Amino acid sequence: MKKSEEQIQKDLLRPLFEASAGYWFAVAAAASLVLAGAGAMFYGFYNGIGVWGLNSPVFWAFDITNFVFWIGISHAGTLISAILRLANAAWRRPVTRCAEAITVFALSIGAIIPISHVGRPWLAFWMFPYPNERGLWPNFRSPLAWDFFAIATYLIGSISFLLLPMIPDFALIRDSTTGFRKKFYGLLSLGWQGTPRQWHRLETAMHVMAIVIIPVAVSVHTIVSWDFAMTPVPMWRSTIFGPYFVCGAIFSGIAALILAMALLRKFLRLEEYLQPMHFSNLGKLLLTFSLLWFYFTFAERLTTWYANEESEMNVFWSGVRGEFAPLFWAMVTLNFLIPVPILAIKRLRTITGTVVASICVVGGMWLERFLIVVPSLSRKYLPYAWGSYRPTWVEMILMASGFGLMALLYLVFSKIVPMIAIWELKVGMQEAHTGGAGEPAMACQASGKSVIGGASS
Amino acid sequence: MKAIYALFPDPGSAQDAFDALRGSSSTTGIDAAKIVVVSSEPFEGYDFSVEDAGKSYMFPLAALGGIAGGGFGYWLASFTQQSYPLNTGGMPIVTSWTNGIIIYELTMLGAILTTLATLLVTAGLPNFKRQLSDPEIWTGKILVGVTDPPEGARAALEEKFRQAGALAVKDFSSTS
Repeated sequence: MKKSEEQIQKDLLRPLFEASAGYWFAVAAAASLVLAGAGAMFYGFYNGIGVWGLNSPVFWAFDITNFVFWIGISHAGTLISAILRLANAAWRRPVTRCAEAITVFALSIGAIIPISHVGRPWLAFWMFPYPNERGLWPNFRSPLAWDFFAIATYLIGSISFLLLPMIPDFALIRDSTTGFRKKFYGLLSLGWQGTPRQWHRLETAMHVMAIVIIPVAVSVHTIVSWDFAMTPVPMWRSTIFGPYFVCGAIFSGIAALILAMALLRKFLRLEEYLQPMHFSNLGKLLLTFSLLWFYFTFAERLTTWYANEESEMNVFWSGVRGEFAPLFWAMVTLNFLIPVPILAIKRLRTITGTVVASICVVGGMWLERFLIVVPSLSRKYLPYAWGSYRPTWVEMILMASGFGLMALLYLVFSKIVPMIAIWELKVGMQEAHTGGAGEPAMACQASGKSVIGGASS
Repeated sequence: MKAIYALFPDPGSAQDAFDALRGSSSTTGIDAAKIVVVSSEPFEGYDFSVEDAGKSYMFPLAALGGIAGGGFGYWLASFTQQSYPLNTGGMPIVTSWTNGIIIYELTMLGAILTTLATLLVTAGLPNFKRQLSDPEIWTGKILVGVTDPPEGARAALEEKFRQAGALAVKDFSSTS
């Protein structure tokens, strides 16, 4: 059925004004996890991070795993959205905002973790570059300082990239509501009018941002990989860690995006907008990155095995057939053996299929981060200093609360902002009528094409 | 600010109205710069969308912002390293390779912030004064209007709007 502009607006604004019992239940569940996480964090602050399972020599474990994992998840949004924008892929339109929101929230969660890891965050100002008597100052040679600059740049860029296309939608809500909402969205819309000049500036700015944000996104996870690769620890000092991490980040990011889209589709009743075609296209991307991930994993381990350097082989064997072997093979199964057949066979690349594959990938990529961090630290050069690691309940709760915080932020966001950019859908509709650039995003039924996607549905 | 405007169902009729208004400036006395078009989506390939847009210089400004950001990054890293020198065992105090990363990130940040600032300035945002608009634009209609029209031009303007296919002709006052 052909959708009119009014119907599209009604469908996409409905979640802002209505909420099902399921929505509130989800909010309550996510908020409970966040509260538990806040409790665990303050327990750690009060007692010291000795309440975590960290020990000598495993000084980094769950916290850094979660940090790398969430920074990786953040690659779903802005990077993918920017690439699809520059490629003028019309099917991106219902997907981009869902994706960009993931980036902002995942980066924010990732940025919280180092704060809890410093143990005494109220002394964080010691790291600021100002003259002091403690002899402390930022060391610009340290990858941790690079992390700060990379993540801050990516976060500012991603927030801008998310917010800019929301301005016209805020103006739409401003003009469609009354009372407090009108004032609230009036403020958020910055007085947007919709003149050709404003549209031109907005589209140009989005184009510039898309060009700038892609190299920033690549640099962020490369620099996160250098937190490890710049350190003389067995199996960390690898020249392919940069691209390996970027590949893994995009891989886990796409999986997270598919999961988020499936949940939004279900709970916000966006079935007509988030169609099987979107899941299928993202499924193809996920398949590509699953194969790439396997290639990097194999190349990384093959070169280690071939060199047969003793300290590295200790870590290698602990993963392949030692203490960490169950986790290693679970990772390979979840990241490669299960998703590849599901995503490669067209009949299985359905919404359910891509969701199953994505759940596997999210779990598998968390394990991958853990397996990069812990085995190398537990088997460093001197065997008498070897150790092991078991997480405590505090760390488990902190990890779970990360997922809770992500869910909560996403749920709240979906009550404030239309999860699909309404004006961008209209542009797609216009292009379908006029045969504009790119494949029609919202082809009219008269031409026998999908209302939302690029193909008939 | 006062205005007279009309709502059009499609960009083609909006373009007709825009052309008619511009062409009649000598008879109606309206200033072409006071013709306003407002829509709920961008339109490409129409004069009304091109003429108002003008040049933004956003790309070169972003590049300049990037250069400024990178310069700041170089200064920040090298100044700190020289002011608080670590014992590097004879290795360089100001390390070009690693400072390159800080310079790179701040170059990008400079470009991003400059783009944001350019957008806000050139698009006239934020602007919380009451502006010429109509809720009907969100249903796909296009507003074409004239701000502060000359005394006695209303009838002539309304006729131009009607001839171009206006769905409705309305008056606007920023004070009401």
